Amino acid sequence: MSLVVGQQTAPTTVPASAPTPVHVGRAARSWGYLRRNRSLLVGVTLLAGLALFVIIGHLTVDVRDSAPMSTGSLKHPSTALPFGSDKQGRNLYAVMVEGTPLTLRLGLIAGFIGLMIGAIVGFLAGYYGGWVDAILRVIIDVGLTIPALLILIILAMRSQAGMTVDQMTFAISCLAWLYPARIVRAQVLTLKERGYVQIAKLSGMTGREVIVKELLPNLLPYLVAGLVGSISAAVLAAIGLEMLGLGPFEAPTLGMTLYWVNYNAAIINGWWWWWLPPIIIIAMLFTGLFLTAVGLDELANPRLRNRV
Amino acid sequence: MTLSYALKRIGMFLLVVWLAATVNFFLPRLGGGDPVRQKMMQTAALGGNVQGGMDEVVAEYNKKFGLDTPLWQQYVNYLWDLLHFDFNYSIANYPARVIDIIGHSLPWTVGLLLTATLISWIIGSILGAFMGWPRSPKFLAFVMPPLLSLNAIPFFLLGLILIYLFAFRFPWFPTTGGYYAGTFPDWSLEFAWNVFKHSVLPALSIILVSIGGWALTMRSVIITTTGEDYVTFADAKGLKNRTIFMRYAVRNALLPQATALALVLGQIIAGTVLVEVIFSYPGIGTTLYYAIRGSDYTLIQGIVFFLILSIALATLILDLLYPFIDPRITYTKA
Repeated sequence: MSLVVGQQTAPTTVPASAPTPVHVGRAARSWGYLRRNRSLLVGVTLLAGLALFVIIGHLTVDVRDSAPMSTGSLKHPSTALPFGSDKQGRNLYAVMVEGTPLTLRLGLIAGFIGLMIGAIVGFLAGYYGGWVDAILRVIIDVGLTIPALLILIILAMRSQAGMTVDQMTFAISCLAWLYPARIVRAQVLTLKERGYVQIAKLSGMTGREVIVKELLPNLLPYLVAGLVGSISAAVLAAIGLEMLGLGPFEAPTLGMTLYWVNYNAAIINGWWWWWLPPIIIIAMLFTGLFLTAVGLDELANPRLRNRV
Repeated sequence: MTLSYALKRIGMFLLVVWLAATVNFFLPRLGGGDPVRQKMMQTAALGGNVQGGMDEVVAEYNKKFGLDTPLWQQYVNYLWDLLHFDFNYSIANYPARVIDIIGHSLPWTVGLLLTATLISWIIGSILGAFMGWPRSPKFLAFVMPPLLSLNAIPFFLLGLILIYLFAFRFPWFPTTGGYYAGTFPDWSLEFAWNVFKHSVLPALSIILVSIGGWALTMRSVIITTTGEDYVTFADAKGLKNRTIFMRYAVRNALLPQATALALVLGQIIAGTVLVEVIFSYPGIGTTLYYAIRGSDYTLIQGIVFFLILSIALATLILDLLYPFIDPRITYTKA
C-alpha cells in the first residue's frame, strides 16, 4: 500500500527548483508550483480541511460530550446533534472533534519518533558499513517481514482493559523506525560514493560532520516524504489494533468508534450517521497523507514530474 | 553461487521464525501477569463463584499448562513444542487444541487471501501495463486517479462501505459469515455457491483497494522499459507493436511485480485479518478477534506465530523462485 511511495524514488539529488530570473514573490512562486504539483495541492488541502474541522469543532462543541451517556441513545442527526449520537449516548460530533486529533497526534508522534530513530540507524548503517551494518540490516529485514500489527497484538494482549492512547503510541513508535531506516540506508549507500562526499572526506571532515553537513541536507526531502509515510503507517497500525478490540476503550479515537460500530453491527441496523463520519475522516486522512507523500516525492525528485 | 544464497536465505528464514517465537514467548510474560489466574478470576466473576479453592485450581491449571516450571525451562519446552506444531490447549475452550482451531479457520483465510490477491495482482498488472504503454487509448489516464485514491485507504474501510451498499441498501449479498446459518459445510455445488456469495464482498474490498498499487508499480516499470535501447531497436527493425509490448516490455516488468508481491505480503495478510473481522468471515482473523475478546492467550499466541510463520515461508519460497523466473539473476554478489 504505502510502500509504493518509497519505491518509485530514484536516487537523485537534483535541487528542488532552479532560481527563476523573473522577480516574483515567494508566495506567488509557491502557488505556481502547487498548481503544477496537483498531488501535493489536493493532499495538503484534504489535511487542512481536517484541521479546519477540528478547530471549528472545538469552538462549537464541548468535547466532554464525547463521553457515553452525555445525550440520548441512537439519536438521528439534527441541529442540536449534527452527527447524531451512538448507542451509548455519545454525541458523535464531539467524538469526531476529539477523536480526530487523538488519532492524528498518535500518528504524528509515532511517525516522528520512527523517522528519527530510522534516520539515525539508516545513517549509521549506510555510512559506516561493516558489522554494524550487517547486524542492523538483519534486524531491519527480519522486522519488516513481520507485520507490525502482529507484534502489537502480542504487546497489547497483556493489558486487560485495552491499552491507553499513550501506551499505544509508544508501542507503535518502537516498530515505526524499520521502514525509514531501510530507505535512508539505501539512499546513504548511493550518496556516499558521490564526488562531493569524497571531497568532504578528503578535506578532513569527520564522519559526523559529513553526515550532518553533506548527507543530511541532500536527504531532507526524502526524510519529509518518509515522515508522511510513517505517519500513515502508524495510524493504520493503531486503527487495526483498535478494530481488533485492543485499543483504548475509554478514549473516543476514530479507530475505537469503528470498533463500536462493528461491535453493535451499526451498518446492518441502518444507523448510518454512526459510521459515515469516521469513515469519511479516515479516508480523507489516508488519501491526504498519500497524496502529500506523492507530491513531496515529486518535489524531491523532479524527474518524476508529470508522471503521476 | 546459488547454493550459498539459498543457504543464507534459509538461515534468515529460521532466524525470523526463532525471533518471532521468542518475542511471542517473552513479551506477554514481561509484565509478570498470570494469565491462568486472570482467566479464572474472570470466569469466577461471571459465574458468581466464591473465592474458596481458587488457589488450588490455579495451581492445578499452572501444572497442566506447564506454568509452574522456571522460565528458561518453559522457554525450551515452548520451542520444542513449536517444532512439533504443538501450540498447546486453548485456554478459553479448554479441551480444544489451538492447532485444531487454526486448522478449521485456515482454509477460509487461504481461499479468500489467495483468490483476492491473485485477481488484484493480475488485473492491476494488466491495467498498469496498458497505462504505461504510450500507444494505449487515452481514456486510461482517467482510470488511475480513482484507483490510486482507493489504494490509499485500508481494506476494511472499503469493506464497511460495501456492506452498507450491497448487503444493506441493496441486499444482493449476505452481510456476514462464510455460509448461511443452518447450512453445513459439505462438498456440494449448492454449498460452493453459498460460500461464493459470502466471499464476494470481502474479496472485493481487498481487490478494489489493491489494484491501484499493482497498476502503479507496473506502470512505472513499463515506462522505464519503453525508454530502453532494445525497445527502440525492436521498433526500428519493424516488430509488431503487440510483440514489443508483450515480449519486451511486459516480460521485463513481471519480475519487479513478483518482488513487490513478496514485499507487501505481510501487509496484505494483516489487512485481510481486519477484513475478516468486519465481515465475520470464519477465517483466522475472526478467530483472532474472538480469542482477543475471550482473553484466550494461547490461541492468540498460536495464531500470531502461525501468521508470522506463513509470511516468512511465503517470502522464502518467492525469493528462492526468483532465479527460475528470471535467468539473469545469479546471486553472486549482492
